[in-house]
Amino acid sequence: MSAAKAISRRDFLRWAAGVPLAASVSVEFLPKLAQAIQEAIKEYPIVWMQNSTCSGCSVSVINTIHPSIKNIILEQVLPGHQLILSYHGTLMAATGSMSLETVRETAKKYQDKYVLIIEGAIPTRENGIYGYIGEGKKPITMLDWTKLLAPHALVVLAVGTCASYGGISAAAPNPSGSMGTQDVFQMLKIETPVINIPGCPCHPDWFIGTVAKILLYGMPKEKELDQYGRLKLFYGRSVHNRCINRDYLDEGVFAENFGEEGCLLELGCKGPFTNADCPIRLWNGSVNWCIAAGSPCIGCTEKGFPDEHSPIYQRR
Amino acid sequence: MLVKTIKKTVKIDPMTRIEGHLDIEATVDNNHKVVEAKTKGTLYRGFEQILVGRHPVDAVQLTQRFCGVCPTPHAIASSQALDNAFGIVPPNNGRVIRNIMQGANYIQSHVLHFYHLASLDYYRGPNIPPFTPRYEADYRVPETVREKLIDHYIQAYQIRLKAHELCAIWSGKMPHMASITPGGVTIIPRIDNITTSLWRIKELSDFIDNVYIPDVITIAQIYRDCFQIGRGCGNFLSFGLFDLDSEPDVSKRKRFLQMGRITNNQLLPVDVERICEDVKYSWYDSASHRHPRLGETIPNPHKPEAYSWLKAPRYDGESYEVGPLARMRIAYQAATNPKINQLIDEMMSTLKISSEELCSVMGRHAMRALECKIIADELTNMIMQVKLEEPVCVPHQVPESAEGMGLWDAARGALSHWILIKNQKIARYQAIVPTTWNASPKDDKGNPGPIEQAMLGTTVDDVDNPFELARIVRSFDPCLACAVHVTGVKKGVHSFRIV
Repeated sequence: MSAAKAISRRDFLRWAAGVPLAASVSVEFLPKLAQAIQEAIKEYPIVWMQNSTCSGCSVSVINTIHPSIKNIILEQVLPGHQLILSYHGTLMAATGSMSLETVRETAKKYQDKYVLIIEGAIPTRENGIYGYIGEGKKPITMLDWTKLLAPHALVVLAVGTCASYGGISAAAPNPSGSMGTQDVFQMLKIETPVINIPGCPCHPDWFIGTVAKILLYGMPKEKELDQYGRLKLFYGRSVHNRCINRDYLDEGVFAENFGEEGCLLELGCKGPFTNADCPIRLWNGSVNWCIAAGSPCIGCTEKGFPDEHSPIYQRR
Repeated sequence: MLVKTIKKTVKIDPMTRIEGHLDIEATVDNNHKVVEAKTKGTLYRGFEQILVGRHPVDAVQLTQRFCGVCPTPHAIASSQALDNAFGIVPPNNGRVIRNIMQGANYIQSHVLHFYHLASLDYYRGPNIPPFTPRYEADYRVPETVREKLIDHYIQAYQIRLKAHELCAIWSGKMPHMASITPGGVTIIPRIDNITTSLWRIKELSDFIDNVYIPDVITIAQIYRDCFQIGRGCGNFLSFGLFDLDSEPDVSKRKRFLQMGRITNNQLLPVDVERICEDVKYSWYDSASHRHPRLGETIPNPHKPEAYSWLKAPRYDGESYEVGPLARMRIAYQAATNPKINQLIDEMMSTLKISSEELCSVMGRHAMRALECKIIADELTNMIMQVKLEEPVCVPHQVPESAEGMGLWDAARGALSHWILIKNQKIARYQAIVPTTWNASPKDDKGNPGPIEQAMLGTTVDDVDNPFELARIVRSFDPCLACAVHVTGVKKGVHSFRIV
């Protein structure tokens, strides 16, 4: 880099973490030490593609508290494990063709070693013309990017319900022919393993937890996933069974209108049909969650969301 | 001697560090001046089609999913449209709690925009991905200031997270909130919601006053030339926000930031009947020049001449800029809130700029930051208006058929939702979102949209690195994604990169 005072990554990590450099000796002057640090830290290149999405899952993931987004981007997601966010359309400095070159270079240099994160459904109607990222001689569709990047990824994480199952983007009549990642892979005969991390949006803990599981213990075993490709760890039990309003249900107290105390079943709560740990995990620094705010669960982690849960506020 | 003008096409596709998918294409003459500019929305999701036939109340949850950065205004505008259609108005608590959620979301959105989306146009981030690679050009921030800004970039992540928490205390979760519904809100307020909100607001205000605003001033003083580019169309529109009463006709509500429009420097009232959407240059086969109440959405990605998935909304046939600059200019000219005028005057005097120069790239950043402060200051007042033990919502009945309209301002500008109900189901749903105003393509008469106009006449120093255009586009905080190429008209496309 041409910046005269450009700081090295390791310098920056120390600086960002608030650790004073010992006696002003930079790692630059201690090449062996620098090498040792380099070798001790495992790096994982990440390519994060935003397809037919509202960006809500990215916005949600950066709400992570421990580790913080600073820990993830600038430091280590886990001790000794560093994610290198090579491409993320909303966060990266580069723009235009430089940003797309980065994707291509990462895919080439780290073939079969990079982690591909898919956010948003993939439009497939008319070869995907309803959504594209960048133009060459013609628009490069999200479907094209999937074909290019998915076969050589180490693993694919489908973040959010749109990426997992199509979600809102694929809601009837599905004008753009949008599909979830696994369905697209099946269509294109791509065999790279996919882990689904649904939710509208995906909870930051579900994302970080899934990443940590893979980094520390390898790919989840079949018995650790449910039939919808989600980790049972987070999606193994229903919202209903752990709901804070179970006592109201037992006592037969049902809210008839919004803003009333009581179980929300009559207002359309989809808790019984929804698997997620929201009742015990809570959202946004554990300040709240849907049902505690007097609102029915809308089933946003489920494969059928939103169509199978419509009308949202009527008892199913 | 005859000098042949050689035009070049400059493309930014995709433009990163904005929400969503947007490409920019500009044509420059041999003096490197932009003579034509196009903004292109590159993703079609078809929400209008998806909503038809569904239960009307589902619109509140579904339309929030337009945008993960600002679901709040969509939840509010769709609830207003339903309130209107159902003939109900929220009780005081419902009105106030909607305002609180919106205020918290503004802070989240403005802080995110300045630090995480826009600021890297002005200094080098850390030398690791995702801050590298980048273009090495026109960074004028001294190293000491740079280190401070990087520090604040990181701190801003925590601040926007706190703003999300403030919203979620009332909405259940963020993004995509649970508790907004026709008739008000669903959350029963408790004293602990109030206390914990007040302390979060204090933390947010400290950051805005002592970090965000000073940082914008620092950057503005270094990049004074950014007050001279990106002027735009000169027309401003806002539907206003933060309801102070629950007048059934939403266009007549008294609001903390008032509804209005400015054209030829005159503040005028808004008549929503004068809004229409053109589609000549949009990938739709629908009838053009329709009022959104009668709007159609029939996609055709192969339509000749069309270049965007965005329609072109116009007021009285003209382009209007929406967003913080529009709201602050309208508030300033209305002069109904002396504090806002004083803050804007102080800002202009600190930066030594005229009110004309506020209509610029840096003016937009400055007005966004000031608005963030004004709203954070007002939030405490809003919280204190919540009344424990009082109702939050009135019940509703879905009528056989009805029409409804919601008018509001999202962080990025004027937002309207229009619903038609038949057989107790959604028969038509149209929304005009802020970026549709700002990033609209040309209208039927061939007049460019506001961002397109803001690029016209700009001199691009280096056509291989049109950072000026990227700065202009990002100053509007578009809710879409873009990248830049240069096309030599004779030799075809060769890609290039921008900062």
